[in-house]
Amino acid sequence: MKVLIAVKRVVDYNVKVRVKPDHTGVDLVNVKMSINPFDEIAVEEGVRLLESGQAKELIAVSIGPLQAQETLRSALALGVNRGILVQTDETVEPLHVAKILKVLVEREKPDLILLGKQAIDDDCNQTGQMLGALLGWPQGTFISKLVLQNSEAIVTREVDGGHETLKISLPAVITTDLRLNVPRYPKLPNIMKAKQKPLEILSLETLGIVLSPHHKILKVAEPQTRKAGIKVKDVADLVHHLHEEARIL
Amino acid sequence: MTVLIVGEHDNTILTPSSLHMVSTAQKLGGDIDLLIAGEGCLQIAQKACKIEGLRKVLLLDKPELGHHGAESMGEAVVQIGKSYDYIMAPATTFGKNFLPRVAALLDVAQISDVIGIESKDTFVRPIYAGNAIVTLQSNDALKVMTVRPTAFSAVSVGSGTATLEYVSASFTARSSIFMDRSAVKSGRPELTAARVVVSGGRGFQNAEKFKMIEVLADQLDAAIGASRAAVDAGYVSNDYQVGQTGKIVAPELYIAIGISGAIQHLAGMKDSKVIVAINKDPDAPIFQIADYSLVGDLFDIIPQLIQSLQDLKT
Repeated sequence: MKVLIAVKRVVDYNVKVRVKPDHTGVDLVNVKMSINPFDEIAVEEGVRLLESGQAKELIAVSIGPLQAQETLRSALALGVNRGILVQTDETVEPLHVAKILKVLVEREKPDLILLGKQAIDDDCNQTGQMLGALLGWPQGTFISKLVLQNSEAIVTREVDGGHETLKISLPAVITTDLRLNVPRYPKLPNIMKAKQKPLEILSLETLGIVLSPHHKILKVAEPQTRKAGIKVKDVADLVHHLHEEARIL
Repeated sequence: MTVLIVGEHDNTILTPSSLHMVSTAQKLGGDIDLLIAGEGCLQIAQKACKIEGLRKVLLLDKPELGHHGAESMGEAVVQIGKSYDYIMAPATTFGKNFLPRVAALLDVAQISDVIGIESKDTFVRPIYAGNAIVTLQSNDALKVMTVRPTAFSAVSVGSGTATLEYVSASFTARSSIFMDRSAVKSGRPELTAARVVVSGGRGFQNAEKFKMIEVLADQLDAAIGASRAAVDAGYVSNDYQVGQTGKIVAPELYIAIGISGAIQHLAGMKDSKVIVAINKDPDAPIFQIADYSLVGDLFDIIPQLIQSLQDLKT
């Protein structure tokens, strides 16, 4: 079985982002970039399928600037076999990503596509579902458990009311939630080996894709900040304030 | 101008998110219709006709939609929604699951987690876990969006006079097959709709001690929430999680107990009207956004708080 995994290069989750003073975006200069944490979970799940013999080949795809090669190398260091970078400096929206991935899926013919459920920069949570629709494939989103058997995937999804279990015939699109697994740390020899693994760089022109923006960013602002309130000295003081001042009890 | 709202329900009860989305749609103007898609949900549609501000309630009753599978929901909403100017669904796991499929099939973008309507084509949404707020102008003719219900007020139910209309849809997509759903029934208010939320974190130490929070929640008629750390540690199940990747809540009163206040957690509750934080670490980041901060051991404080609340009632 062939598995395609999409990975995005994003601001590291430990970085507190700052809005640029001119309100055109967030400041990305000299900010640490990493693989999107949800995508890292997708990579780990793919590697486990490879190790258990259920997957024969793992391909990681990233779309973005040349630096996204680093993101692909980190996926290769975890155990992915080869990488594909679709290089572009344009702003790519989730629908664009889904369209690009669709072209690559038609080329690579994977049986399973794994993606993080959302990227922690734009928080869109769209790409996997859009790709499923464009391909006409079924989907399992926000999953916390994956079992493959007889060309079917049994997935447990994290939904607002608890959990939902679905049976999905392959090929299918699966998006990962936080509790699916805990990604391993890459070992140094594997980081070195990853540098030798194949990494193909494609352009949008080669793939015959033209992106047209669906929206324009007018402004990026800081959220309204909450001011710290007061320290209360004990429970009686707290209840007094909630009752008399906030009038909420 | 026409707006189609896709209502979230479990074939028995419509969640309050639809009432919030009607007020969102009213900011756009025009006719507002509510789609009830599911199986055996006639009663929901009939009751929904009383929601204020609606022109029509569209009932799509099909066995294929009984569990709201994303593939069938996507196809159905495309067929019914394509003649509208806007299609909206709640930014919950219900809406997030199928609405991007709708947008892709219509070849338009989806605008996720809308928290503000600036004009007919300009919308406000959070990015970076709420650490930045973006205003964007859409140039799609049909605008597809998920709406964060807590960011908008709710319209009332009672005096609405919407007409009920039966609609149909056909299904061709290869679909996932529903097997099972864990039903969590607590008898407490729903987390995203509760007036008061009491949330616990790692400070509770284990699942057994976390149960203390239930007595406090009972006193306040509150929903119970949890930080990601508490969920990951197995104190409670994932549907309790408040935060960037869990539920977004904005109750009148949010009481955070034993929660340090990671960015991801704050993203899910910082729009609460009044925030109380109880933590033994005086430097916990949660105190920077709390209206009332109490430093101390939660195992001492919770019993005292329960007692004080009982005293207050009598």
